[in-house]
Formats: sequence, C-alpha cells, structure tokens
Amino acid sequence: MGGQPQGPPPRLPVPDRDPGLQPERTRLAWRRTTLTCAAVVVLGGRALLRSGAPVPVVVSLAALTGLVWIVFLAVADRRVRSLATGRPPDLPHGPAWVLVGCTVALAAVGAAVGGAVAAL
Amino acid sequence: MIRAGGPRSIGAGVRLWFSPARIREEGTTPDYRFSLANERTFLAWLRTGLALVGGGFAVDQFLPRLHEGVRLTFTVVLLVGGAACALRAVNHWMRCERAMRRGEDLPVSRFPSALALAVGALAAAVVVVVLLGWAG
Repeated sequence: MGGQPQGPPPRLPVPDRDPGLQPERTRLAWRRTTLTCAAVVVLGGRALLRSGAPVPVVVSLAALTGLVWIVFLAVADRRVRSLATGRPPDLPHGPAWVLVGCTVALAAVGAAVGGAVAAL
Repeated sequence: MIRAGGPRSIGAGVRLWFSPARIREEGTTPDYRFSLANERTFLAWLRTGLALVGGGFAVDQFLPRLHEGVRLTFTVVLLVGGAACALRAVNHWMRCERAMRRGEDLPVSRFPSALALAVGALAAAVVVVVLLGWAG
C-alpha cells in the first residue's frame, strides 16, 4: 500500500490532428463528388456519341462536357489542397457556385442531346 | 425551392446568393469542424443532383424502346430535378452557414421529403411504363 493518492490518470497528449478526422472526411467527400461527376460525364459522352446529331453539335457539346469536367476537377483539387492545412479555411462561395454551374451545365447538355435525338 | 415562408423569405434567400461576403461578416466564425460538416452536406446534396442528372442520361440511353414522349418526359424531369437539387444544395449550405454564425437553429426544409416522394413516384412510373412498353 503506497501512500501515494491515486490522482486522475494522466491526460493523453493532445494530438496535432483533428481527432474526428474532419478534413480527411471532407477530402473523401470531395473525391466521391468528383467521381460522381466523372461518371455523369462518361454517360454524357456516351449519349453524345450515340445521338446521331450533326457533327458540329456533337463536337461543341463534347467540348462543353469536357470543360465542365476539367473545371470541376480543378475546383475540387484546389479545395483538397487547402484542406491539407492545419486549420482549413471555409469553402469560399465562388467555387461552390462553380460546382453548381457545372451540374446545371451537364443537365443542359443532357437536355440538348435529348432534344437533338427527339428532333431526328 | 420548397420552403416555409412567403415571397419575402424567397427575396431574402435570393439576396443571400448575391451578397455572400455579407454572411461572413455576421456573427462569429463557427468551429471549423462544423463548417466542414456543412460543406460535406453540401457535397452530398450536389452528388444527389449529379446522380439525378446521370439518371436523366441513363433513361435517355438505356430505355430506347420506350415511347418517345414518355422517355423525353422522364429525361427532362430528371435533368431539371438534378439542376434544382444542385441550386438548392448551395442555397441550403449558405443558409446553414448563416444560422451557425448567428447561433440560430438550423433551417428546416421540406425539400428532402418532397424529393423522396418525387423520386418514389418517378420510379413507380418508370416501372409501370417499362412493363407496359415491353409487354406491348
């Protein structure tokens, strides 16, 4: 029987990372989102190739789809990089709107392809 | 956008879109973990919108034997739904951010229930139409 009073157990050292791994989870959420966008872009490309629309229409819509994909990836990559800092800044509003614009543009491409197919 | 409130709250919501800087001047900056959770929710809604757009592409491509008008209707409904979902995602994200900065309750919304009902109705309609179309 030691005379030492049993104090509270020593506190674990505070890790220099977020114990909830919030930045990492957010980074994975960005990856999931770019993957979803890539899947939609592939589906859109397939729709364009099979649409039988005039070649200039197909080429311009394909260029728009490719541009949307590149912009989406660029925004996501930038954000993922900024999440790697110790205290991640808030997502700015501009990039969020760009992503929404990309989604709306993909929907517009889909409507254009559907309309082109229906018109044939 | 489905939300409780009249034209005034819709006007305030649209003003919110065009003055994003004002949100970040209000109240106090929340713990970044809450901001990141809000961001992930935004991304999840954006994926929902992208998935609806992808569904529109899929209906257009993978149900070629459907009646032209029916197929076009499904496609347009899914594409418009996807675009609306993306717009609602950013709107809800900004409203949640403002509520967190002000220390208010998070905004409630009927959008999830409405979307669930719409997707369920659409799926049932596709099943019926496909069965009828392939039986005939």
